[in-house]
Amino acid sequence: MIALTINGEPRRFDEALTVAQLIERLELTGKRIALERNGHIVPRGLFGEERLADGDKLEIVVAVGGG
Amino acid sequence: MEPMIIAGKAYASRLLVGTGKYKDFDETRRAIEASGTQIVTVAIRRTNIGQNANEPNLLDAVPPSKYTLLPNTAGCYSADDAVRTLRLARELLDGHKLVKLEVLGDPHTLYPNVIETIAAAKTLVKEGFDVMVYTSDDPIIAKQLEEVGCCAVMPLASLIGSGMGILNPWNLQIIIDNAKVPVIVDAGVGTASDAAIAMELGCDGVLMNTAIAAAKDPILMASAMDKAVQAGREAFLAGRMPKKLYAAAPSSPTSGMISPVKGKAA
Repeated sequence: MIALTINGEPRRFDEALTVAQLIERLELTGKRIALERNGHIVPRGLFGEERLADGDKLEIVVAVGGG
Repeated sequence: MEPMIIAGKAYASRLLVGTGKYKDFDETRRAIEASGTQIVTVAIRRTNIGQNANEPNLLDAVPPSKYTLLPNTAGCYSADDAVRTLRLARELLDGHKLVKLEVLGDPHTLYPNVIETIAAAKTLVKEGFDVMVYTSDDPIIAKQLEEVGCCAVMPLASLIGSGMGILNPWNLQIIIDNAKVPVIVDAGVGTASDAAIAMELGCDGVLMNTAIAAAKDPILMASAMDKAVQAGREAFLAGRMPKKLYAAAPSSPTSGMISPVKGKAA
């Protein structure tokens, strides 16, 4: 089991995941998002191979209205 | 009219518009269209996790194929947060380099923290970003941000969202006179005349959000702002007449006046 912090919220998953698998679990597949893992950008092209580890802190962002 | 050049790219419109505070994305889209703008700012925020999976997306209302998106760091209070936010924005927008840096000092005034702003600007320029930077109307700071390598300097006219208009035209004038990069008034514009005044001072452009979004009719105000920015630019290029207290030079000829008729009162 791994514990992640995603956008500040604690989440637990039964198995180790790649970023792509996590995105799928979160129903964000195909959405225009960007992801930071422990302070570093994970390029979209690497979502399939980047394996998440217990304790990872993730930020997943989108563009919203703003000045 | 000659275009505004930012980071090597020409823009016919000198009005930059934010996408915050609208009623919905449809109103956002219509206001942006009515403004004639080509550059729109967007914010970067955490996505909802596991709720509203089919939430509408801002980028459908303002598609990157139609507008130059300007991701901003509004809401960041440290250089580090601002830099991370713009790295995420660059990834989100497929390597997009043009960004708006804004590092705030406190949530009450939203006044910029210029020390953190300069630190963030240095890092971002080093990482290859084209940085348009929000700052105070301090001419020395504005010059330093230019020297750090920012591609446009964007001093406030008054506090963000205040609609108080241009409170210190003299500082803006000094910033404009000293700058070799475009100067864009960002924040504080309340109505069309404020935008015109900014442009008449010689600013290269005006960036606004609340003035349009918080108007009773945002679409109509967007159209008014488009015209005001154009009118102000043309007036600046035309060069205004000098101000003088007494004219002593009427606009109509002083000779060739008809004679008064004797004995008849008007």
